[in-house]
Amino acid sequence: MKLNRENKLLIGLCTAAAILIAKLFSIQILDEEYKLDARNNSMVYTTIYPTRGIIHDRNGEILVGNKVAYDLMVTPREVEEFDTLALSRVLDVTPEFIKEKMAEYRRFRRKIGWQTVVMIKQMPQETYMKFAEVAYKFPGFRGQARSIREYPFNAGGNLLGYVSEVDAAFMKRHPDEYKAGDYAGKTGIEAAREKELRGEKGYNIWLRDSRNKIMSRYEGGAEDKEAVPGKDITTTIDAHLQHYGQELMNNKVGSLVAIEPSTGEILTMVSSPGIDVEMLADIGKHYGEISANPYKPMFNRAVQAPYPPGSVFKLVNALIGLEEEVVYPGTQYPCRMGYHFGRNKLGCHEHRSPINLEESIMMSCNAYYCYVLRDLLENPEYGSFDESMDRWNEYVKSFGFGRKLGSDFPSELGGFVPDSRYYNKVYGKGGWKATTVISLSIGQGELGCTPLHLANLCATIANRGYYHIPHIIKDSEHVEIDRKYKERNYTLVDTLHFPKVIKGMYRAVNSGFGSGGTASIAAVDGLDICGKTGTAQNPHGHDHSIFICFAPMDDPKIAVAAYVENGGFGATWAAPIASLLVEKYLNGEISDKRKYLETRVLEGDLMDRVKVK
Amino acid sequence: MRDLGGHRGRGLAKTIDWWLVACWFLMIMIGWANIYASIHSSEPSSIFDFDSRSGKQFIWMMTSLGLAGLILFVIPPRAYEGLSLFIYGFTILLLIAVIFLGIEVKGSRSWFAFGPVRFQPAEISKISTSLLLATVMSQLGYRIGRMKDFIITAAIILVPMMIIVLQSETGSALVYVGFIFMLYREGLSGWLIFMVGMAILLFILTLTATPYVALLVLVGVATLCIFLYSGRFKWWLLAVVPMIVLFAFLPSLMELLSEWVVGAEQMASISAALEAGEEVAMPFVMKIKPFYILLGCSILAMPFFAFQAFREGNRFTYLALLGFIGGILLVFSTDFLFNDVLQDHQRKRIEVLLGMKEDPSGVGYNVNQSKIAIGSGGFFGKGYLKGTQTTYGFVPEQSTDFIFCTVGEEWGFMGTSLLILMFVFLIWRIIHDAERSREAFTRIYGYCVACCIFMHLFINIGMTIGLMPVIGIPLPFISYGGSSMWAFTIMLFIFIALNRNERKYF
Repeated sequence: MKLNRENKLLIGLCTAAAILIAKLFSIQILDEEYKLDARNNSMVYTTIYPTRGIIHDRNGEILVGNKVAYDLMVTPREVEEFDTLALSRVLDVTPEFIKEKMAEYRRFRRKIGWQTVVMIKQMPQETYMKFAEVAYKFPGFRGQARSIREYPFNAGGNLLGYVSEVDAAFMKRHPDEYKAGDYAGKTGIEAAREKELRGEKGYNIWLRDSRNKIMSRYEGGAEDKEAVPGKDITTTIDAHLQHYGQELMNNKVGSLVAIEPSTGEILTMVSSPGIDVEMLADIGKHYGEISANPYKPMFNRAVQAPYPPGSVFKLVNALIGLEEEVVYPGTQYPCRMGYHFGRNKLGCHEHRSPINLEESIMMSCNAYYCYVLRDLLENPEYGSFDESMDRWNEYVKSFGFGRKLGSDFPSELGGFVPDSRYYNKVYGKGGWKATTVISLSIGQGELGCTPLHLANLCATIANRGYYHIPHIIKDSEHVEIDRKYKERNYTLVDTLHFPKVIKGMYRAVNSGFGSGGTASIAAVDGLDICGKTGTAQNPHGHDHSIFICFAPMDDPKIAVAAYVENGGFGATWAAPIASLLVEKYLNGEISDKRKYLETRVLEGDLMDRVKVK
Repeated sequence: MRDLGGHRGRGLAKTIDWWLVACWFLMIMIGWANIYASIHSSEPSSIFDFDSRSGKQFIWMMTSLGLAGLILFVIPPRAYEGLSLFIYGFTILLLIAVIFLGIEVKGSRSWFAFGPVRFQPAEISKISTSLLLATVMSQLGYRIGRMKDFIITAAIILVPMMIIVLQSETGSALVYVGFIFMLYREGLSGWLIFMVGMAILLFILTLTATPYVALLVLVGVATLCIFLYSGRFKWWLLAVVPMIVLFAFLPSLMELLSEWVVGAEQMASISAALEAGEEVAMPFVMKIKPFYILLGCSILAMPFFAFQAFREGNRFTYLALLGFIGGILLVFSTDFLFNDVLQDHQRKRIEVLLGMKEDPSGVGYNVNQSKIAIGSGGFFGKGYLKGTQTTYGFVPEQSTDFIFCTVGEEWGFMGTSLLILMFVFLIWRIIHDAERSREAFTRIYGYCVACCIFMHLFINIGMTIGLMPVIGIPLPFISYGGSSMWAFTIMLFIFIALNRNERKYF
C-alpha cells in the first residue's frame, strides 16, 4: 500500500476510531465504577427495619412490645429550595432547627454524599400524617416507619434495659453488623438478647427517574429482601410481682430479688431507685436526667452492688460448721451481750443464754458464730490457719459467693470472699489468727456480695443444698437457654445438714413476738415462711437492713432476698418487704391482718437517710 | 431494447453505490430505534406516536427518503457546480439573517422557527460550503500552494465559520476545522495540520500543566523539526535531549536553591502570604522564574539557528523559528484567549474536560451522567428499552446530542463499537468512491462530506465519553432532529448522485 495522502487520512480515521473504541472499552468494560454509579443513580434502597422481638413475662404478659413511630429522613443531595417556615410548621419544630440542620448537612456534604440521614427521630404518628400530606413539596425528605419499644407494664426498667441508636463506637465493635440509624439494645435484657431480638433488616429496591420520582420496583421486587422479625423472648420475670416489688421498694435504696428455687428462675429483680419504663422508650431524651440523678438509677444494685451480707451469713457458717463437725444441733454456747476475746468484744443483743444452733439462728446470736468460726479456723484437722481459712473459703464459694454466678444477666458482679492469701498480704504471714477475722462469722469484714448472691443462698437453703444458676430468660418457642441453667449445683455441705438450719429459720419467723425470734414480723399465716434477718453495720450512717426468706418451708416456691440500704434492723424494712412479696406471690393478695404493714412499707420513705455523694 | 437510449447511461442498480445507501438506511433506522428508546419511559407509547420524537423522526425519515429520491432522480447532478456560488451566497444570507430573525435556544441564535418547524441554517451551510469548495478547487489551474487560491479557499471556509461563531454556536463552527483534512488531500502542506495540532497541544498544556512545560515541549518539537530537516537527528539526540532533560528539572533545582538561600520556613511564610494576596518583599532568588530562564536561553539560541539557516540557505528553519515565536506568543496569550475570548460556558466546559475543575452537578453533570449511562452498559448492554439511565431520563438531551448514551447503555460495548465501525466504513466508502472519481469536483465534494461526518462523529462521541468538551452537535443520521437529518441526507445523496453520474458512462 502506498503511503499517499488518501491512505494517510484513512490511517488517521482508523486511529481516531480506535481512540474512541479504546475509551469505550475502558469505561464500558474495564471500569466498574460507572455500573455502580448507574445503580446509585437509578436505584433507591429503602431499608425495611424488622420489628424487634417481644419480651414476655413468665405468664405470657407482654413486658416490652412495639409501636410505630416515624423518622424524618433527608437525602441532602436531593433537597431543593423549600419553604423552611412551612416545613417547620408541619414538623412542629423551629425554623432555626431546620436551618441549622441544613447548614450542618452542607458542611458535611462530602461525607454525606448521596446518603440519607435522619433529621428527626421518632415523630409521633400525627406529626407524620401532617407531613405526608405535603411531602411532595419537599423533595429529599421522607418519612420512614420504624417500630419503637412500648412498655405495657411499669415493671423492670433496669432489667429490660433500653434500645437506642448505635453510635460510632458501637459500630466499630460490631463491624458489618450495624449501620448508622440502626438501633440496638444497650443494657439489660435488650443487650443480653440483642442477637435474638433484633431480627434481620430487609430492603426494597426502587427505580427512580432523574427527578428522583420513584418509578417502579426493580425487577418487580424480585431482588428485594424481606425483613425477618426478631425472635420473641420469654423472661422468668413475673410482671405483676415485679411491679409489686418496685412499689414496695419505692423511695428506698436497695434491691429485692426473688428466685424460684426449684428452677433458679428470677421472678423479680428490683433495683431501687430504678428507671421508669416511660423513660426507656425515649432514652435519648431522658438520658441526661437519668445520669444526673444522684441515686444512680442506671446502677443495677441487685447484681452490681457489693454489700456485706451481715447476719444472713451466719447460715453459711452454721452449715460449714455442721459439715466440718465443729458444731452440732445440740451444741450450746453462752452469750453475755457478745463474744469476748482478750480485751476485745464482739457485741450482741439481749437474748437468753446459753442457746443451741437452731436458737442461734432464730435469735441471730453473734457470739455463737464467733465460737463456730473460731472452731472452724482453729480446727486441729488442718495444719494451719492458712489451710483452714482456705477450706472455709472453698465452702463459702460453693454457695456461689465470691464469684460471678454466671447468670444470663449482663454486668454481674463477682463480690469477694477472703482467703489466706488475702490475709497474708494484709497482715503478713502468721500475722493474723481467728480473732483477727472474727467478724467474718457474722457476715461483716471483708465479705462482699450482691443481693443476687443472697437470693441464691436462700434458694440453695430452700432446695436443701443445691441451686440452679439464677437466670432471667426462659426456654420459649424460638429460644433455648444454656444447659447450665438446668443443672443442679451442690454446695460442699451435705444436704442432710440443711433441715437443721431451716428449722432455725422457721423459728426465727414463726415463734411469735416475744419469743426472741428476730423476724416475727415476716410471719404469714399458713405460708410457713423461713427467714433470716441481717443487719449490716454501716460506718457511713444507718445500718443496712437485710432479710432473706423462702416459703413454704416444705415445698419452697419462692426465695427472696431484700436489701434495704440504711434501713436499720433487718426486721425493720427488709423483712416486711420480703415477706409481703412472698405473700403476694403465694396468696395473690395481702391479708387484712398485714395490710397495715403493706401500707407502712408503701409509704415508707428512706431517701433522706441515704447519703449521696 | 437494452442500452438503446445510450445517453441515459447505465441503470440505477449498477451505478448507485448501494453500500452507501444501505449504510444510510441502516443508520437512520438505528437512530430511530434509539430515539424511541431515549424517550421511552415506564409508560411507553407507540414508536409512531406523532406527538413524540420517535414519531416526528419517522416523518423526517420519510421526507429524507423523498429528498434522496429527488436528488437521485430529478435534480441533474451537473447543476450543482453551476449553482454552488448562488447556494453559498444564499446560505450566508440565511446565516446572517438568523442572527436577527432567529429564536434564541440555549443562548445561541441559530434557529429559524416557522410555527412548529424549526430549522438551523448552519446545517445547510456545510453543504453549500462543500459545494463551493468543490467548484472553486476543481477549477483548472487551481493550486492550493498559490497564495491567492489559498486565501480564496480559506475565505470560503472562514466566512460561514465566523458567522456561526457570532451566532454563539461555536460547536458547529468547529466542524469546519475538519475541512483541513480535505485541503490536505488536495495538496495543502501537512505542516499546517501539524501547526494547528501543536497550537492545540500548547493551549492545553499551558492550561493544565504550566506555561513552563508548554514552552519546554515547544522547544523540543521546534528543535526536532529543525535538526530532522537538516539531517542532524543524531545531534538532536546527543545535544538537545540532555538539555531538555536538564531543563525539566530546573524548577525543582531552583526551589532547592532558594530553600538553601532563603530557608524553608521563611519560604513557607512568604508563599502563604502570597496566597493570601499580601505584598511581601521577595528575596531575589525567589523572583527568578524558571520560565524566564528557559525563555532567555531559547531566545539567545535563535540567532544561532538563524545564522545557520542563512549560511545553508535553509528556508525551513526560518519558518520553524517563525512558528516557534508564534508558539511562544500563543503560550503567553493563552491566558488571554481562555479568559477573555472564550465565553463563560465554553470555558467551563473546557475546564471540566481538562479536569481543571470538578463539577459533577453543574457543567460536568451531562458528561458524568453520559459516562455513567454508557459505562453501565457493559459488554452486551442492558437490552433494548431496558436501560435504567435511559428510561428514567438521567442523561439530558438524550435523543439529540447524547443519543450515543442510549446505544451505549442498551447495546453495550458491542453496540457502540459496531456503530463506530459502521461510521468508519461509511467514511472509508465515501473516500474510496471520491478517490475513484474522474472529476475533481466529485472528489473534493466527497472529501468534504467525509470530513463533516468525521468531525461530527468524533466530536459527538468524544463528548459523550469525556474525550471532548461538551459541544452540542448531533451524531449524523442517528440523533433526533429534522435539520440535521435533512442536511446529512442531502449532503450524502448529492455525493451518491455525483458518483452515480460518473459511473453512468464509465
